[in-house]
Amino acid sequence: MTAIDKVTRDLWQVIAAIDETPPGIVQVTLLLDQQLAFTRDAALRPVVWRRNGEQIGDVVDFEAIGERLPVIEGYGYIWTSFGNPPAELFPIPEYAEADRKNMSCGSIGLHVSAPRAVENFLDMGHFPYVHTDILGAEPHTEVKEYDVEVSEERDEVLATRCRFFQPRAALSATEGQEVEYVYRVPHPFCSVLYKSCPEDDTRRDVIAIFLQPMTEERCRAHLLQSMVDSVSTITELRRFQQTIFGQDKPILENQYPKRLPLDPRSETPIRADKSAIAYRRWLSQKGITYGVIPQAG
Amino acid sequence: MTTLYDFELSGNCYKLRLLMSILRVPYDVVPVDFYPGRQHKADWFLKLNPFGQLPVLEDDGLVLRDSGAILAYLARKYDPSGLWFPTDPATLADVLKWHAVADDITATSSAARLNLGMFYDFDLEKVQQGAHRIFRIMDEHLWFGEQQGRDWLCAPAHPTTADIACFPYVMLSEEGGISRQDYPAIRRWTDRVRRVPGFVVMSGIFPAGRAAE
Repeated sequence: MTAIDKVTRDLWQVIAAIDETPPGIVQVTLLLDQQLAFTRDAALRPVVWRRNGEQIGDVVDFEAIGERLPVIEGYGYIWTSFGNPPAELFPIPEYAEADRKNMSCGSIGLHVSAPRAVENFLDMGHFPYVHTDILGAEPHTEVKEYDVEVSEERDEVLATRCRFFQPRAALSATEGQEVEYVYRVPHPFCSVLYKSCPEDDTRRDVIAIFLQPMTEERCRAHLLQSMVDSVSTITELRRFQQTIFGQDKPILENQYPKRLPLDPRSETPIRADKSAIAYRRWLSQKGITYGVIPQAG
Repeated sequence: MTTLYDFELSGNCYKLRLLMSILRVPYDVVPVDFYPGRQHKADWFLKLNPFGQLPVLEDDGLVLRDSGAILAYLARKYDPSGLWFPTDPATLADVLKWHAVADDITATSSAARLNLGMFYDFDLEKVQQGAHRIFRIMDEHLWFGEQQGRDWLCAPAHPTTADIACFPYVMLSEEGGISRQDYPAIRRWTDRVRRVPGFVVMSGIFPAGRAAE
């Protein structure tokens, strides 16, 4: 079995949307090559344990569950850990704002490593070609200069001043506009983006991708939207995000190698890849080896 | 008034979007949250289709279900040329035969995609092998057709609803871990479908490049 590095072992790892986990019924999933079973108890609190022959849909026998894994709830999802996770999850303060529409957009399987999926999420260069007429359109293909830093204090990668012309930046957009993005990578397998909100120019829509590393080459993408949109329904907002993600999926799954190479010489970046370079370096410095091809020596 | 009850990532819904685009039929969309919301099993949807399956089409008060049946309906109603769903007995049987194959492709290739992408409980290996068995037969059929100057699944010199019905879950097979590398005639056929005037994409399917001169 693949070795799990210490950093990855101690992280909180997302496994499922809370609302999609019926209480008292066994659900199963794969995390870091290990079979898990999970459910919610009578008080609706998540319970996660190592799977021991349970099948999906079984009625849970809570007495029979042996060792329970650590659990935390955050942003509508269940998170667990195989090690000693921190007291709290990384913050997304906007999620608590009362008028936002918060929703999961489905947990989608991807045949690629979690870090590859994070890196694709950070990339703006593919917008006009993959998300044509939604998040980009020719001839507006330039990725303008933007800023990237690794925040020491928060231990996260931060890309700011990212601007891109988008024909339909959100479901609530009625015309093309130059959209400003901020990207955060507050967790080696999670990223949060903030983009100008078409409905209210003083606020920002929040879209996050939480990757559940299933194996070194497969992951489950849990998509969160926290939107300022007084008009659209949850179904419509989910559909918009799934349309985008469905376009990314075949592109991502055709990336080779499926693990993310951390050696700076292994793939040739361009200026637009600044955030990806910072992300790869940050993973390297942390000592992450799961789902990546570590730098030799 | 035409209304499609639709899920963006469904190949069966896409069959109808594709034919309506080709035939220039204007329609409204009612989004149905198939995943993760499972709205196709909700009471309001079961009233439209007790089988709890997408797509459903409402047209002038008629409520229709089953993508193959709706393709036939749309073609008979909105294609004055009659080419998309011909009614001479031999061609009709030919088209319906491939509609049945399309359902087998759904039961295999689409099931594999649902297993890997949305964690539906299917025997992955079994459905992948099932898809390969169908693709091998289709590839041979299309290859021999090319030798005889036939570009499409059925005998006529133009595409029919058979091509529309079989296309989406062939195109999406890679998401189910089913490579089309060994099926060159299928790949050429999918390029031809993607060059039909009025063709539209769905998430996961990209336009074809220009044909070689």
